[in-house]
Order: sequence, then structure tokens, then C-alpha cells
Amino acid sequence: MKHNQPVYTDNDPQSELVTLNLGPTHPATHGVFQNVLQMDGERIVSGVSTIGYIHRAFEKIAEHRPFYQITTLTDRLNYCSSPINNMGWHMTVEKLLNIQIPKRVDYLRVIIMELSRIADHIICNTIIAQDTGATTTFLYLFQFREHIYEIFEEICGARLTTNIGRIGGLERDFNDIAFAKINKFLIDYPIALKEFESLLNRNRIFIDRTAGVAQVSQEDALSYGWTGPLLRATGVDYDVRVSEPYSSYQDFDFEVPVGTSGDIYDRYLVRNEEMWQSLSIIKQALEKIKLEPEGVFHADVPAFYLPAKEEVYNNMEALIYHFKIVMGEIDAPKAEVYHAVEGGNGELGFYLINDGGRTPYRLHFRRPSFINYSMFAKMSEGMLLSDAIINMSSMNIIAGELDA
Amino acid sequence: MAKATNTEIIDLLGEKFGEQLFDVTEPYGLLTFSTTKDKIINVLSFLKENGKINFNFLTDLTAVHYPNTNQIAVVYHLHSMVSGIRVRIKVFLHENDAKIPTASSLWNSANWMERETYDFFGVKFDGHPDLRRILNMDELNVHPMLKQYPLEDPNRVDKKDEYFGR
Repeated sequence: MKHNQPVYTDNDPQSELVTLNLGPTHPATHGVFQNVLQMDGERIVSGVSTIGYIHRAFEKIAEHRPFYQITTLTDRLNYCSSPINNMGWHMTVEKLLNIQIPKRVDYLRVIIMELSRIADHIICNTIIAQDTGATTTFLYLFQFREHIYEIFEEICGARLTTNIGRIGGLERDFNDIAFAKINKFLIDYPIALKEFESLLNRNRIFIDRTAGVAQVSQEDALSYGWTGPLLRATGVDYDVRVSEPYSSYQDFDFEVPVGTSGDIYDRYLVRNEEMWQSLSIIKQALEKIKLEPEGVFHADVPAFYLPAKEEVYNNMEALIYHFKIVMGEIDAPKAEVYHAVEGGNGELGFYLINDGGRTPYRLHFRRPSFINYSMFAKMSEGMLLSDAIINMSSMNIIAGELDA
Repeated sequence: MAKATNTEIIDLLGEKFGEQLFDVTEPYGLLTFSTTKDKIINVLSFLKENGKINFNFLTDLTAVHYPNTNQIAVVYHLHSMVSGIRVRIKVFLHENDAKIPTASSLWNSANWMERETYDFFGVKFDGHPDLRRILNMDELNVHPMLKQYPLEDPNRVDKKDEYFGR
């Protein structure tokens, strides 16, 4: 055998396989993922994914908590875009209770959700670049996630596990600093995103590492239950924001970017374009808010929305409502409801069954990371280990959501 | 393609399966019905392969435990992306005989969702290629989402409810 020929041809006489434990804590996997791989040299022959290392029994805990306390559990699912999870949960309960949300609140929520979508996509796309060896882009764009977190801090006081909003609206209005920071972000971020794209989009090394790698057909993607940018990269234009608009997404004018081949490069491009669309949605929302009555930040539903503290001390009804809400004694219909939102990495669904008690009878999270990840071991077969690592990054699997 | 309506779907299914489908409701506009475990795969593949309605996507698969009636309900959420409509199918099983045919032959995504359901509810999916626990450790000898298991370990002495005002 000549020295420059690969050793892993199909009829290799030295076909001795090596078992490789990738994870559970491996610096290249960005989370707690274990994959036991059968390796032939650098090439993966087969693999088994082991998950559940940070399982925290959220569905069981949710059965023992009143509705308003479950928001904090949703924070810890996809913790890269917790506000989307929070809003998804609030909207599920609001759907159950048939609460009409004022338009201004819807638009404020849209701003929050689109900001967190950008934060989520920043993480994923910069990590792809990082794993292909482009550290600059990672460090450069990551500071804008920090700016988004500063906006969240201004809106709700928290950064990562945000607990933004309440059932029936938001817990407080955006202040002037928040609006100023959003406006500044809208000016600064497009410049950085443009630079980010010019560093990578036509970059020979980046394209060589990503284009044509981990291609997935539409049939496979649908069969494996893929949603979000992963599915859209294969060319299926499914976006929950368009197919079942929630939070007044029907009022906005935006495009759903789709790819053609479903490879890593397409997923990267789809996410980048979604960030541009998100910026446009935020701009539209800021314009729309100006036309709505000022200062409205929650629906007028005293039975479900916690009253202001000074009201509680001075007003009998507010005190009663406060007590009932805190004790979880809200009159929710005995019913079951499924509500889905477009999360950072796919369709995040909440299946809620209420039997009239203080806590949900059953709550199931349809977690996109969990469902998307089931294909990973299968699609890694025959792939180079280094490609599988980029593939995992490009799938945007968040361990908290994977394991719930 | 025009949006199919719930009535159209239930008419189509009624023609094919008749009395096999029952408890048809529409909570919050989402068509919900029950069927039996003998018919479930027929119903699912009919929904998937019928060109008129084309429920090509298994959104979610989970279970619910009803200890009062000794039942476990396996719940499927299907989605027709073409006509933009969802449907929910339930199969009630007796908790002592929680067995149902696997849907993983129709959708690959059912593989892990069924493993999760098995892990937490002990529902056995006949014909599943790899029915192991998925999120809990292999040594666990209970299916923790069943209602008889409390949230916290009842044998712990340091976490009594009375200390927490519960």
C-alpha cells in the first residue's frame, strides 16, 4: 500500500475497529452528550447516543406546581433562548383560559422572542465557525449576545434564565433604557452580522468543511421529526410562526428562508437569513407599538394576572385575587390543549391537560432538541469524526432541552 | 392545497373505520379521537398515506396515566404540513397490560419518543427495534411518571412536607 492512500477503503485488510467514547463531557461537544462510536481510523462506522445526563424530571415537577411556577422550569429547557420557552408556556395557559392579549403586549413579546432567536442563532452559527477553526468570528459576534442579554436584564432583571412575562402579559412595561438599547442593537448588529457573513459565506475553508457534509433529504428530515432551521435547510418551508401564527405574527411581513440540500452550510445560511428577518420583525414591531395605546403591558384579567403590590395592600379584591393566584386556585377549564411556538431550534410544543386542580394533571414538552437529536448517531455513520462534531454543532442541540 | 377541515377528516376516517373511532371532540379546534390498540397502526398509516389529508408528520407521542380508571392513554399528535392541520389520537390501555404496536415503522421519530414513553410510563411498544430506557438510568426499577410515585423520595427524613408548609 502506498503511503498516501487512505487506510479506510472498503476492503481494508486491517479492519480492526476501535470503540471511542465521545463524551459525556468533551470540550468539542458543547454540552453533556455521550456517543459511543465504533471507529475505523477517523471514520465512524456506527454509533449509539446515550442521553439523560442532566435529566431533571421537569414533567414530574410540573405536575406538582401551579401554572405560574412552571415558567421557571421552561427557562431551563433551551437555556439559549429561554424567553421563547417562557412565552410559549404563557401562551399555552392563555389558550387554555381563553385570554385575549392586547396587541401591544403581543408586539412586545414578539420583540423579546425575536431577540432571543437572534441570540440562539448567534450561538449556533458562531459555534459552527469555531468548530471549523474560525475563532475570530465566534469571539466577535458573541459580544452581541451579551448586548441582547443586557436588554433582557433591562426588561426582566435576569439574563439567562429569564422568567420573562406572566400569564396574561408581561410583569412590567419596557423602560426607556430598554427601548434605547434595542434601538442601538438594531443599528450595531447588522454591521457585525454583515462582517460575520463576509468572513464566512464565501470562505473557502469554511465551505470545504461544511458544504455537502451531513446532507439530509426532506423525507429523512420529516420522518425523523425535524423542525426549525434544520428542516428548513432541507427545503421544507415549515415555520410555526407562519403556519399557525401566535402572538400576532400574522401582522408582520417576513420571509421564511429555506435551503436546498440540507447540509451544514445550508443550515448556517438559513440561520443567518433568519437573523436578518428577525431584525426586520423587531423594527416592524417597534413601529407598530407606537400606534398602540401606551403603557399597556398586560391583559385586563384580574383573576389570572397578579395585581400590583400597592393594590394588594389597599384593595380588598386585589388582595383576594393575589391570594388565590399565589395559592394556585385559578378557575381553569378542565381541558387539554396543545400549543406550539417556533423555538430557536424547532417546534417547541406544550401539551397540557388540566383537570381543574391547582397544578396541571399532565404537562408534556415537545422538545425539538430531543427529537432532532435522534437522527445524530444514524447520520454519523460513515462520516469523519471531525465532520460529526461540526454536524452536532450545526444541529443546535441544547443539553437542557434534550434531557428535560 | 386548500385547508382540510376537521369535519372532512372525521368523515373520511368514519367511512374507513366506522365504530373503531370514538370519543370525537374538538378542544380548542384540535380534532381529538380515540381508537383501540388493534386499530392504531391502521389509523396512523391511513392518515399518513391518504393523499387527501396527508398527515406526514408525527409531532409528538406521549402518555398519560389515569390511576382512577387504571388506564394509561398513549397520545399521538399528528400534523399535516400540507394542509396545516393537526389531529390528536388517543389509545387507552389497561395499566396491567400496557402494550401497543410501535409506530416506529411509520416514522423514525417515533423511535425515541416511544423509548421516552416506555421509560416514564412502562408502556411496551411491540416491534420496537430498541426499547430501552432513554433518560433515566438503566438500574431504575420504576416508571417514574406513573401517578403512584411521589415527586420526592418518601424515605428521606430531611425533607418532610411539614417543614416546608405543605
